[in-house]
Amino acid sequence: MLTAFAILVDGLVYAAYLFIVAIGLTLIFGVMKILNVAHGSFYTFGAYGAATAVGIYFDRGLPDAGGFLLMVLFAMTLGLALGLILERGIMRLVYGKDEVVMVLVTYAAFLILEDIVILVWGPGSYATYQPLLAAGNIEVGELILSNYDLGLIMVAALLAAASYWALKFTRYGRLLTAVIFDRETAAAFGINVKVVYTVTFVIGAVLGALGGAIMAPKIAVTLGIGVEVIVLAFAVVAIGGMGSIEGALAGALIVGICRAAAVHLVPQVELFVIYGVMALVLLIRPYGLFVRAQPRKI
Amino acid sequence: MAKQGRIAASSALLAAAAVAALVLPGWMISLATIAFANGLVVLGLIVLWRAGLVSFGQALYYCIGAYAVALVGRWTGMTDALVLALIGGGSAGLVAFGVGFLLARYREIFFAMLSLALSMILYGLLVKTESLGSTDGFSVIAPTFFGYAPHQQALLVALYWLVLAICAVAALLVGAYFRSVGGALAIPLRDNEIRVEFLGMSASRLIHTKLVISGLLGGMGGALAALAVGHVDPNMSYWTTSGEFVFITILAGAGSVVPAFVGSLAFESVRSFAFAMLPQLWQMLLGSVLLLTILFLPQGLGSLIMRPRWRRDAEAP
Amino acid sequence: MSAPILSVRDLGKRFGSMVAARDITVSVPAHQTVGVIGSNGAGKTTFINMITGHLRPTRGTIDFEGRDITGLPSRRITAMGVSRSFQVPQIFPSLTVFENMCAAAAICRAPKNFLGHVRTPFRSRESVAEADTLLELFQIARYRDTLAVTLPQGVRKLLDIGMAVAGAPRLLLLDEPTSGISIEEKFNLMQVIMSALRHRKITVLFVEHDMEIVERFAQRVLAFYDGTVIADGTPAETLADARVQALISGPRARGASGAVVHV
Repeated sequence: MLTAFAILVDGLVYAAYLFIVAIGLTLIFGVMKILNVAHGSFYTFGAYGAATAVGIYFDRGLPDAGGFLLMVLFAMTLGLALGLILERGIMRLVYGKDEVVMVLVTYAAFLILEDIVILVWGPGSYATYQPLLAAGNIEVGELILSNYDLGLIMVAALLAAASYWALKFTRYGRLLTAVIFDRETAAAFGINVKVVYTVTFVIGAVLGALGGAIMAPKIAVTLGIGVEVIVLAFAVVAIGGMGSIEGALAGALIVGICRAAAVHLVPQVELFVIYGVMALVLLIRPYGLFVRAQPRKI
Repeated sequence: MAKQGRIAASSALLAAAAVAALVLPGWMISLATIAFANGLVVLGLIVLWRAGLVSFGQALYYCIGAYAVALVGRWTGMTDALVLALIGGGSAGLVAFGVGFLLARYREIFFAMLSLALSMILYGLLVKTESLGSTDGFSVIAPTFFGYAPHQQALLVALYWLVLAICAVAALLVGAYFRSVGGALAIPLRDNEIRVEFLGMSASRLIHTKLVISGLLGGMGGALAALAVGHVDPNMSYWTTSGEFVFITILAGAGSVVPAFVGSLAFESVRSFAFAMLPQLWQMLLGSVLLLTILFLPQGLGSLIMRPRWRRDAEAP
Repeated sequence: MSAPILSVRDLGKRFGSMVAARDITVSVPAHQTVGVIGSNGAGKTTFINMITGHLRPTRGTIDFEGRDITGLPSRRITAMGVSRSFQVPQIFPSLTVFENMCAAAAICRAPKNFLGHVRTPFRSRESVAEADTLLELFQIARYRDTLAVTLPQGVRKLLDIGMAVAGAPRLLLLDEPTSGISIEEKFNLMQVIMSALRHRKITVLFVEHDMEIVERFAQRVLAFYDGTVIADGTPAETLADARVQALISGPRARGASGAVVHV
């Protein structure tokens, strides 16, 4: 019973992390049809940015809450800047090209950015545990749960709710949905697709960086975190369906719980489980759980 | 005739490459061996790429070929390089055949993602398997060649020559494949798969065949690379390894056979050089070159180079 | 009296509770040219798709040259000699017209067994010769080295149909061969198509919305409505049929020159 509860909590925490990271990726794909490998870079910059912020702020006797805020804001600003630079600088040069070509362009950008991280922050790793410690723990029965982890779950839930509300009930959200659904028709209706692209890409970048910032206290911020996160985010988005926010949520939950179960019950298959689930889902629903295939008319 | 001219040129190149081993230093021979082994994997990628399928998971076959060699060597004591290479290629080819039933149904981004998922599944399995050395991998025994057991420089040269020979044979066979119906239909498939079906040819079967060929080549490349490096580890199945093969394919242009090996050689050379001189900037260099290549081929990758070559390859007998 | 090339009996297709086709019984003798008319959704495309094997009938049988082809996979039916063309021409845009035709000829000639596509060379003398012959037959030889993507619609249609003929089919189904073609060009286009098909002695079923084309080129007309055939006869008979006029073609009047005009 305890194990089941532990699996649930661990699963939810992991799912929260996956969702926060994947939502930016699925948004960019849905609107722009680009599978953005550089999303890993947004995450990386967010994590390193958070590490820097934490290093500056904590251990100075200032209130902890400020630290959290600074960490998140700093990372998101980095994401914003990076997203803008990338979109205006590189992406707009290749719009309209083959989908696979676009992926390769983002891959190129990712490679370049990986080395920029080394140039700026050096090859060493950063420990950013202070916010995690500051949040403390609570006891639930026999389990000790980290408040930080619970906070993570709440942030993810809030994000899910907020994006759902934004897409359905705000004017801009509905514009985005229109472009996701049919770019050409949306443009024909006068929607400025170029601006939508820029805004979407930047939002995606900010969310990616946010993911990195939030996870920084839980991991060792070092080289290669972006590389790992990309494939994980891809798996989640592929499971849920590209461009679908509810899909990202479902995918995150499925992967999160499955992985937690693996870690607690059959540790050998931990890594296998994630991609195994992805392969399984793609077998049954080639376009993901929440997306339908577009039939071709002849 | 142009064709005879090309045969002569290729033969001359091959001969030069073989003779060069007698004068070049060991590290260069090693580098070239690995580069040509990787070139086989790239060749497999090209077979798929021509049909419009970009695989982000060739590392799967590369890794299978490599581990097959390592395991067979350890468990059976078999050391003959050619036999091991064939076993590696065959194992990967078999997996490709099985996996192909699933993979042949996908196209474009989904094909790329599923192929990536499959390679990551293997990675995940290997990393967590203690008996296979987990993240450290394990070593590969030194190969022998038809009973002859060379050491040091002689070993390097012998392996190099074997790899050259295998690459030459592979190049010939793949070239012939490109001139067959299955190979030449790559572009029609990419253009309009539905039409190919309506004319009576099964697109799935065509693609399944290409998957098997690419698996065979990938496995063979991995097997030879394992023999050359003397070590295998799960990283050979990681997505970044697949990414490197994709990178070389873009540089090489997916039109024909020889660029696969030339491109691979260029890549390995630049990689060694960059690692030695500026290890912090290696990825940035890769990324920039990739970006520039993409931006300055306005027709999209490969299609500029591909069309004339395709016509030439499929010329009248 | 030879056996019909195509014999359809009580053919029907339902999708769940929706009936797309019902009670179709038609017998087509060899070398006949049949026009198929009917408004959209009347079941013409369903009918064609069942014959070519892309839809499995839920009722009835289809016989081709005396053999039962009901429910056979489409590739098998193509191999047996039934081919079709498309409303939107399905060609290979990045190849030239000649390469398109070669591809079609090569595919049709390649053995369909296990590794037939690997062992057969693509450019054989026969398939190249056939490609050239077809280009001549459909009068598009002057576009030989033009990239297919740049072709005008009329030439695309001819290429599309030419490719369908590459496999030496005995029955050809044309889906709206003149759709998207300007009025001035329609007749010429059909002329070229029909003389090519007559030359190859191919039995033709063509779907058309233009009644004048149907009148001019069909020897027989099948009128579809609500999933079934409501009239079957010569063009004059069928187009004069009151139901056909009411439901499909609209009333016909004679113009000042005495020519039949559809109002």
